[in-house]
Amino acid sequence: MADIELRIAALYPEQLNIYADRGNIAVLERRCQWRSIDVTVTPIGIAEPLDPDQFDLIYLGGGQDEDQRRCAADLIETKREGLVAAAARRAVVLGICGGYQLLGHSYELDDDTIEGVGLLDVKTVRRDEPRLIGNLAIRPELPSAPTAAVLAGFENHGGRTQLAADAKPLGRVINGHGNDGKSGQEGCRSGTVIGTYLHGPLLPANSWFADWLISAALQGSPELQTLDDTLELAAHRSACRASGFTGR
Amino acid sequence: MSSLRLAIASAIVRLATVALRLIGSGATSAPGKLLLFLAPHAISQRSAQLARGCAVISATNGKTTTSGIVAKIMTADRATLVHNKAGANMAGGVAATLNDQQGDFGLFEVDEFWLPDLVEQLTPRSMLLANLFRDQLDRYGELDEIVDRWRDVVASPNAGQVVLNADDPLVAGLGNSARAPLYFGIEDKAVGESTAQHASEQACCPACGEQFTYSRYFVGQLGHYRCPNGHVSRPTPDVSADEISLNGLEGSTFSLSFSDQSFDVELHLPGLYNVYNALAAAALAESLGVDRGTIVGGINSSKPSFGRAETLSVAGRACSIMLIKNPAGANEVIRTLASDTEPHDVLVVLNDQIADGRDISWIWDADFEGLSCVTGTVTCAGSRAAELALRLKYAGVGISQIVVEERLPQALTLAIGASSDRLVILPTYTAMLEVRELLVARSVVRGSFS
Repeated sequence: MADIELRIAALYPEQLNIYADRGNIAVLERRCQWRSIDVTVTPIGIAEPLDPDQFDLIYLGGGQDEDQRRCAADLIETKREGLVAAAARRAVVLGICGGYQLLGHSYELDDDTIEGVGLLDVKTVRRDEPRLIGNLAIRPELPSAPTAAVLAGFENHGGRTQLAADAKPLGRVINGHGNDGKSGQEGCRSGTVIGTYLHGPLLPANSWFADWLISAALQGSPELQTLDDTLELAAHRSACRASGFTGR
Repeated sequence: MSSLRLAIASAIVRLATVALRLIGSGATSAPGKLLLFLAPHAISQRSAQLARGCAVISATNGKTTTSGIVAKIMTADRATLVHNKAGANMAGGVAATLNDQQGDFGLFEVDEFWLPDLVEQLTPRSMLLANLFRDQLDRYGELDEIVDRWRDVVASPNAGQVVLNADDPLVAGLGNSARAPLYFGIEDKAVGESTAQHASEQACCPACGEQFTYSRYFVGQLGHYRCPNGHVSRPTPDVSADEISLNGLEGSTFSLSFSDQSFDVELHLPGLYNVYNALAAAALAESLGVDRGTIVGGINSSKPSFGRAETLSVAGRACSIMLIKNPAGANEVIRTLASDTEPHDVLVVLNDQIADGRDISWIWDADFEGLSCVTGTVTCAGSRAAELALRLKYAGVGISQIVVEERLPQALTLAIGASSDRLVILPTYTAMLEVRELLVARSVVRGSFS
């Protein structure tokens, strides 16, 4: 399978890495290598352009407010067109926490509005309200996900994210807060563009979802070889249990 | 009137403390909270009675060890200490310490977040700020927020003589707001690296916003840095360490310099991070006017603090406990362990109680890759043992070396039985308390274990 290649772009790894985002990249990378799928990870920093034809999966993590502000401005200036074009050719775009917020239309903070890239039909508002913090489990609504699949992890966000009327969440909250602590919705998905508040990091705790993303990024071919996931499944069960989810 | 109120409150709290002990509660902060409820000014009133005043220490990492070294120095300087040495470092713990202990000098490690409140009440003679690292985000929020809070404290007339780490740009940058701060730092470039560790904080020049460039990194973002546009550079330290020789888990030797005098120091605490702790303690003692010979003697006689590189013998095996609680601290512990030439087995215990941080993401920011050179078994325990085991798999620890046992007593038995080499235990905070209790019950306890 050496001619198959997964090309990952990690956006702003020096600024947007607050929730151990490198764990997500490591899982994608290693699960490809274990299957003899060639994989490259290209860090793309501030002021560097994003060539939409060079990547199959684009990753955007979260950062501290000030870092996020700098990256947001750069995202609009140097990478928005590339991101939109990559999504149009069905590359996977995964935004987590701050990265999720930046994939939406806007992030309102006090009197300031940070513009997002608008790939997801969502808006985020931060008011003087407590942060939403804790373990989180959701029931994802994804095409060709395993039966009764669960995503488990941890959330920690001040912003409340609202989906437009016809936007689809990534999943429904089983336990935890999700997008705004009220709607029962968590994350957002539009085709291969996904945003979520789940970290933990997300992919070590949910290896099945790492495979789902790899398959989507490789556009479904080849079928992924099964791996020895003994430790991965135990970690998933443990994360589910921490989120108060033990059933099916 | 208020002193009568304090006397009555204090008597009630002493009775309550005795009652709590009788029912077997180990609560260290509950009596302090009660005292503050009955006498809200108890901390400032009691603190004002300390004949030799007090000193305050805050940092993300090393608070307990640094204050342990300062305690050695001050005791050698004939002070009788009022010291929260078990690490109860929020208002309740400090109040309880002031209520329970009699002495002429107060030594308080203070939680990063509680620092502004407590400095106003304690009005220390000196305040040491040693480092800031990314810590439990679910408890403390973002680092930027702590930096802002600390900037106000440094500017306060109640902070006393401010002592800062010259090598930490986040801490040294506060010096602009302080009156004549005293700086400490490492001069020996040979113990540093030319590249940054993963997830080090990115410090930027306050004048132009450009990221600092480094000629040397020591620990996380601690190092020799400067603004590329020449606005700011690392302050020259008043107290410094040079010619550092690190000897694995045993400790280190280095040359400790004050402006015009140098001393050879033999430190019995392992790793470069403990050189920083010793240096910070020396700078704080210098700011308090302690004789330099006494400072060096205090450092040389320092022993590991509660759960920080303590060693004891269980069933004929040496067991060392080294607390890990955030990426920067864990990285230093792992690096020190990897540099030790003796073979050892490892037991890592990951809990997710509030005091550990409910969010365990940080294990992916810590460089557990350093454990891939361990040749013995690596046992994973604690409430999130399963996630830890997966992290170690990705760190390159052999699957056949990894043993997973969530329950700590069983895990400890397995780990102790695994071989005859030294067992190094790396627990998170609540796990450290449990491990100590289990080991004390099973061991011949060394003197420092009291």
